[in-house]
Amino acid sequence: MDQQQRSSSGYSHSPRSPSSQPYLSVSVTDPVKLGNGVQAYISYRVITKTNLPDYQGPEKIVIRRYSDFVWLHDRLFEKYRGVFIPPLPEKSVVEKFRFSAEFIEMRRQALDVFVNRIASHQELQQSEDLKTFLQAEEETMERLRAHESSYFKKKPADLLQIFKDVQSRVSDVVLGKEKPVEESNPDYEKLKHYIFELENHLAEAQKHAYRLVKRHRELGQSLSDFGKAAKLLGACEADGLGKALTEFGAKSETLSIRLQKEAHQLLMNFEEPLKDYVRAVQSIKATIAERANAFRQQCELAETMKLKEINLDKLMLTRSDRVGEAEIEYRELKEDSEEAARRFESIVRLMNEEIVRFQDQKMIDMGRAFHEFAKGQARLANNIADAWRSLLPKLEACFT
Amino acid sequence: MMGSENEAESQVFASREEMENLVLDEPSDNTNGNGGSKSFSDYRSVMSSLADAHHPFSPPLTPADSDPLLAPQPYRDLRNPSLSHDNNNSYIEPPAYADVIFSPFDENTGSEINGIDSPGRSSDSSLSLSRSPSSSSDYIKITVSNPQKEQESSNSLVPGASTYVTYLITTRTNIPEFNGSEFGVRRRFKDVVTLSDRLAEAYRGFFIPPRPDKSVVESQVMQKQEFVEQRRVALEKYLRRLAAHPIIRNSDELKVFLQVQGKLPLATSTDVASRMLDGAVNLPKQLFGEGSTVAPQDVVQPAKGGRDLLRLFKELKQSVSNDWGGSRPPVVEEDKEFLEKKEKMNVFELQLSNASQQAESLVKAQQDMGETMGELGLAFIKLTKFENEEAKFESQRVRAGDMKNVATAAVKASRFYRELNAQTVKHLDTLHEYLGLMLSVHGAFADRSSALLTVQTLISELSALHTRAEKLEAASSKIFGGDKSRIRRMEELKETIRATENAKSVAIREYERIKENNRTELERMETEKHADFSNMLKGFVLNQVGYAEKIANVWAKVAEETSGYATDSA
Repeated sequence: MDQQQRSSSGYSHSPRSPSSQPYLSVSVTDPVKLGNGVQAYISYRVITKTNLPDYQGPEKIVIRRYSDFVWLHDRLFEKYRGVFIPPLPEKSVVEKFRFSAEFIEMRRQALDVFVNRIASHQELQQSEDLKTFLQAEEETMERLRAHESSYFKKKPADLLQIFKDVQSRVSDVVLGKEKPVEESNPDYEKLKHYIFELENHLAEAQKHAYRLVKRHRELGQSLSDFGKAAKLLGACEADGLGKALTEFGAKSETLSIRLQKEAHQLLMNFEEPLKDYVRAVQSIKATIAERANAFRQQCELAETMKLKEINLDKLMLTRSDRVGEAEIEYRELKEDSEEAARRFESIVRLMNEEIVRFQDQKMIDMGRAFHEFAKGQARLANNIADAWRSLLPKLEACFT
Repeated sequence: MMGSENEAESQVFASREEMENLVLDEPSDNTNGNGGSKSFSDYRSVMSSLADAHHPFSPPLTPADSDPLLAPQPYRDLRNPSLSHDNNNSYIEPPAYADVIFSPFDENTGSEINGIDSPGRSSDSSLSLSRSPSSSSDYIKITVSNPQKEQESSNSLVPGASTYVTYLITTRTNIPEFNGSEFGVRRRFKDVVTLSDRLAEAYRGFFIPPRPDKSVVESQVMQKQEFVEQRRVALEKYLRRLAAHPIIRNSDELKVFLQVQGKLPLATSTDVASRMLDGAVNLPKQLFGEGSTVAPQDVVQPAKGGRDLLRLFKELKQSVSNDWGGSRPPVVEEDKEFLEKKEKMNVFELQLSNASQQAESLVKAQQDMGETMGELGLAFIKLTKFENEEAKFESQRVRAGDMKNVATAAVKASRFYRELNAQTVKHLDTLHEYLGLMLSVHGAFADRSSALLTVQTLISELSALHTRAEKLEAASSKIFGGDKSRIRRMEELKETIRATENAKSVAIREYERIKENNRTELERMETEKHADFSNMLKGFVLNQVGYAEKIANVWAKVAEETSGYATDSA
């Protein structure tokens, strides 16, 4: 296991580093429920500590809600094609969980991670939209959000359809079903295959991790019930046996609480990172789709440009008076085509960098998650052993 | 039965195989699930035969470096009494448990005492932990095996005579009253019913273990093989419980059942119809005043289920009048202590039932934990393989390596959970056993009630007879010279009164006898309950500690290996 890698950016996270070093540190805290009834939502405090010139002051605090984060995500996705935009936590569909303490905390943590990843990403941290997000007043954000949603945001149903189209197109591409408007890059093919397979494996692991959390809760519950039953049984019995059963029951109940605690830890420190991993892979899939689009555009434009060129030559030969017009068209087309080619190449270049970064980051993220998992399980087991062990002399006393 | 162990076992094997087929680098150190289950035997007899200085319970300790998979470890009791008095902190020195490797014992070690094996053990490799038996202890072990189909040799004209299953019942014992030290007989279920009925008659007031159900429905519904196996297990348990009972073990009925070859020479219970028929023959005689006495020897049996319909009617009448409190019965259940005990027993049974249910839930939860942990491990192993195959970057290989450590640990932990659970089932089975015992207790109390009812019936009958005698006396004194027939009737009445007096004495003696049996059995049960529950609790707790330590070790290693990833915030 290697040296610890901090994230790759130029900015450090710690405000305690010497003031000459540029730093940008963000935290998402203090979830508060606002509004009433159906329109109720959670707002978060986003605290930015920085010494960068473009930012206001050493510290700035703004209030943001989930849809603001979505805005930021979508803007970045639009502008930084080829970059794996850090994933957002899911929008919860089930109403009754929307305001559960656990859900709120999980979301807060995920949003915190989201913003920090952006802030530490070499490209993304330069984004104007990030600056806006971190600093603009709430009214401004609201306006931007509304603007975005009316012009650029599709309705959820449509979005889903688009996503499906992208998915099917991408999988078509992977499966080679599409007409040959796809890259013939064997390395890239392997990458795509890897990403798709990876998602399946990760999803399964995450599923079991989630179940494991549930099992901890269930075991805790049954220990509690069993403890109560033992105490009731102890109440029927005289002296030694009664006392022993009562002590036993009490210990069982204590351990039940411990297990519930561990279940929560497991959820936050192990299951959530796994889910995050899955989201990251899905984000890569979106980028893959973008790349396919860009490639197709480039090809189409190149095709069209060639046709136009042939046409232009024909016109020039016949000395048609439409030559001028055609020339202008051709030039524009050429520019577009070159632009498309540049865009595509940029995506390819970025993706190559991103993939390396992704693998490195996931090595660290998972390493940390594994460590927490193992530590948690070891601690739990030790607590259980200690608790039961401490009961033994008492049992002994009861039965002599 | 708790946790239907056999089912759980087969599931364990299915995915265990899956797991064992995957390549794991580590040599499977110490415990592997392979039949490593140890059963904790019933410590009743152990407790009584042990010297008091010893802590009655300690796990066998084996040297940590030996591989228990290869050979059964010799059992040694490392509980050194001198040590135990020195330390006042923990009951057993840590890290004793982590070294405890619950290894298979040879089933045939003479370490099983008094035929008591842990109930619910699967028929293959589980075994008993023993204390060194004191030399004077009796030993009897019963095994039920080898079910075979046999044909009813009938003279019926109908072809395809009914078949039934017989089981081979093998007994090993050193009790002198038995002829020989090892013998076997073939018995069918009907024979067991007969044995059970005869014991119920002969041992009124005792806590007789309830016999397995006839379960007519199940025999239709289940697969034949499954049903036969289930019955075999149930029969074995039943016979072992009988052998464990200090009084019943010495009964003639049991001896005959276990030893006599061929047809079981115990009176079979006649079916109710023919009893009714016999009773019907007697009834007219009784109704017309002849032979209306209860023969003394009949008095020692409850009226219900007997042939004496008239007696049945009388006792029914008596019980009704008892209930209505019309005539104050002279023999009241005055034993307040008994009534208190009975009430306590009811409360105990209620709580026991509750505890038994919760125990089942606990076992299920532990099993689920183990399963899910195993599945998680498997998922990670697949991921690891995948990453390694597709790896382009070193970071992928590193991640795959970390993941593999976690996966291996998860699989190990999963095995430990399953082993833990197998043991837990055996410990908590005590709760189930005692629920079964409650049935015996109810039976014994019922014996007492019916005996009391018989006494009360006879007393009121006597009182009625005396009244009749007085009336007859008064009437005949008015007629001078006396009526020959009336004098004869007077004689007969006096005869009846005398016989009834006899019957009453016998009934009272019987009632007292049953009361005494109840009392001694209650005492015995209290003692054994203390021992059994003590062992259950200690066994359960030690088991939890042992396995928790093992699981902790497994994860501590991985935590160590991944400690480089630890964040600054501790």
